[in-house]
Amino acid sequence: MIEKFQEWYANRHEYQREYKERTGNKIVGYFCTYTPEEIFYAADVLPVRILGSHEPQDVTEPHIFSMFCPFCRDVLAQGLKGKYDYLDGITIGQSCLHLRQTFTSWELHRNPGWSYFLHMPNHVQSKRAIPFLVEEYRLLIKKIEELAGKEITDDDLRQGIDIMNKVRRVMKEIYEFRKKDNPPITGTEAMYMTCAQFFTDAREFLPVAEEVKRGLTARRLDRDQGKRIMLIGSENDDIEYINMIETLGERESVGCTVVVEEHCTTTRYFWDEVDTDIDDPLRAIAERYVLRTPCPSKDWPKRSRLQRILKLAKDFRVDGAIIIQQKFCDPHEADIPFIRRFLEDNGIPTYFLEFDVTVAAGPFAIRTEAFLETLEAEEDLF
Amino acid sequence: MARYPTEPLKCWAKAKELRDGFYRDFEQAHDKGGIRCIGSAWALDAVTMGLGGDVYWVTGEPYGASCAYNRSLSAEFMTAAENFGFSRDLCSYMRNYWGSIISNKYPFGGPFPKVDFAYTQHICCSHAKWYQNACELEGSDIPLYVIDVGAGAYPPFEPEMYEHRVRYVADQMLDSIEWMEKVTGRTYNDELFLEACWNDMRTTHTWAKVCMLNRAVPAPLDEKSIYSLYVLGTLQKSRGEFADFYEELLEEVEGRVERGIAAVGNEQARVMTDAQPPWGFLKIYRYLEAWGAVSIGSLYTFGLEGMWLYDEGENDLRPRPMPTERPRSREEACMMLADWHLSKPEYQHFYSPEYKTKMMDAIAKRWMCDGIIMHYNRGCEGLSVGIAENRLGLLKRGNKVMTYEGNMGDEREFDLTATETRFDIFLEGLGLKRPEG
Repeated sequence: MIEKFQEWYANRHEYQREYKERTGNKIVGYFCTYTPEEIFYAADVLPVRILGSHEPQDVTEPHIFSMFCPFCRDVLAQGLKGKYDYLDGITIGQSCLHLRQTFTSWELHRNPGWSYFLHMPNHVQSKRAIPFLVEEYRLLIKKIEELAGKEITDDDLRQGIDIMNKVRRVMKEIYEFRKKDNPPITGTEAMYMTCAQFFTDAREFLPVAEEVKRGLTARRLDRDQGKRIMLIGSENDDIEYINMIETLGERESVGCTVVVEEHCTTTRYFWDEVDTDIDDPLRAIAERYVLRTPCPSKDWPKRSRLQRILKLAKDFRVDGAIIIQQKFCDPHEADIPFIRRFLEDNGIPTYFLEFDVTVAAGPFAIRTEAFLETLEAEEDLF
Repeated sequence: MARYPTEPLKCWAKAKELRDGFYRDFEQAHDKGGIRCIGSAWALDAVTMGLGGDVYWVTGEPYGASCAYNRSLSAEFMTAAENFGFSRDLCSYMRNYWGSIISNKYPFGGPFPKVDFAYTQHICCSHAKWYQNACELEGSDIPLYVIDVGAGAYPPFEPEMYEHRVRYVADQMLDSIEWMEKVTGRTYNDELFLEACWNDMRTTHTWAKVCMLNRAVPAPLDEKSIYSLYVLGTLQKSRGEFADFYEELLEEVEGRVERGIAAVGNEQARVMTDAQPPWGFLKIYRYLEAWGAVSIGSLYTFGLEGMWLYDEGENDLRPRPMPTERPRSREEACMMLADWHLSKPEYQHFYSPEYKTKMMDAIAKRWMCDGIIMHYNRGCEGLSVGIAENRLGLLKRGNKVMTYEGNMGDEREFDLTATETRFDIFLEGLGLKRPEG
């Protein structure tokens, strides 16, 4: 069943077109994980995350200045090339400036007829953020009701919460297997899983994920785990890179397994559930998005990420961390020197790689291999 | 050959003196028993003034620009920031600022003065991170307060200014007052705050009125000079002597318009820009003037601190009128200040480039510009957001637009010769003749 994730990843458009035809439901594309999927599910609208294709493109230069991140340009290219012409709407929860441009340019040039900029607060450490977000959700709900042609009730919201909590929970349970020695699931497979969840209806994803989870108990991979590596970054669905470094051991003297990530394609996206003990479902959703693991653009005045990163590193018993910098991603760039120092001070070796999602991954193999070798050398020394 | 009479600004020396005094006050703050505060040029500095008349500010953007103007010093700061591990594509003001801390050098002389607390606002991704890191670089015991102003666009760009959005910003200000009392040990004085709040509005309103006068032909002010004047608003909007100065300036510029005094005697064409210039190369403005082109300003110089309202029906930009009454309480002042600043023109494009395009088009038409020069500024993500769409939108509205690439604060990313060549082509396209010699 684990292959199903890869199939969904590769055939996201086919799935979404077929889904629309089969269910008659509307589909809204979203650009950042600060979009409250619960509210869209409550309206019977399918939220799908739009990621890039990792292919070189030449259509965004007139729309986004090249000093902005390659990811936001890659994502916009998907819209400009008409790959998402079946969408009924687009939305974004206020995130980084880079991705906002993807949204606004898409809105200007490929507007599917419904678009919404959600004012997700930036100051998530303020006690004022949750009440503010609740009011913003009320405005969003009015707008979604226009699209869906139905009123969204509290029960609908509770149902949306239940759907999203279940998929988050199962993914987290699957991640538990990655803590094991010789994990029965690779980093590449885990990445396929989380991306597949972006692209599919959570209710169709869930039974597959449940079955995968059951299967992992007995699953044994015929490979040496090598060094246990953590990836830290921004939007990094760099499956080709992960696969490349996880197969290094087949070709070289050192290998590795990516056992956990701290980035917005995986753990920052799904780690936190909505608290169902809170009576008001809208407030409960707002609390979840305000209190979730933050994007560095919202992680202030206290840099709370550091402790979360360290906890993940310890829980998953990593040998080293690769810090992946999405080129031009300012919020992460502002954090990186401090993360590196913090991890090194806590005995976790780090290695820095600046990525461009549309540039070939190959040249990064030798650099990663060199890093893995330094981890070996440390073992020899002590 | 001069077509119009020119004369120097009478208040020029005073502007310089005020600026120098501002930086000196910061440096000497502790000698006077005062408080040093840092934050963004968009920080709601008025709120800090309730702590006393001896709160002395430095704002990061003009500080970064001042560093950039001194190119060799800036290079040293950039290197220090990069050696620490900061990426070279980050905001160049920020890197100058951090480099200044790491190098322990104050560009106005002496070591970098250690601050007491940081108080800023956040709308660009880099704003809060700037001071989060600055505080840590200074020794991690510097308290930081940030007010999130990313609460939504102001009408007419949104159907209404929802009360909860203004409340969100105002409530953070109110929370900050308790926080400041705690971190400074001082008792907050509401009267001082109400006065500072009113000064903030006076400064930002009066500055917009000054810029309105540049609709006149010939323009009484050129943008290079405007940089030396608008800066006071970026240093500290709530400082009474700056508000008073802008009122003096307004009077003088009104006089220049009445008497037909030009900033550029050879004004034959009028251009506008869009964002920060490469500060180490302000001579590009003199280059334009040699061709007979005056840069009348930009949404940046007009609206970075000036307060305006956009009229969609008329496609016009007009100074936002002063409130009819002064605030009477702390709560009222916070709400008033929040609403006032949420209408800031330079906040609007953070939600859609179309809003900026509309305001820029209004300037182009109402200030009678022949062309628009856009700086693809690698040094500032906040004001470069949507710039490519601005270009497309302005072209679509019939404007003549040229672009050049550079960096406001990192001289390594600006090519003077190539930029001048682009200017030549553009200015010829506007019908101007290459200056002799």
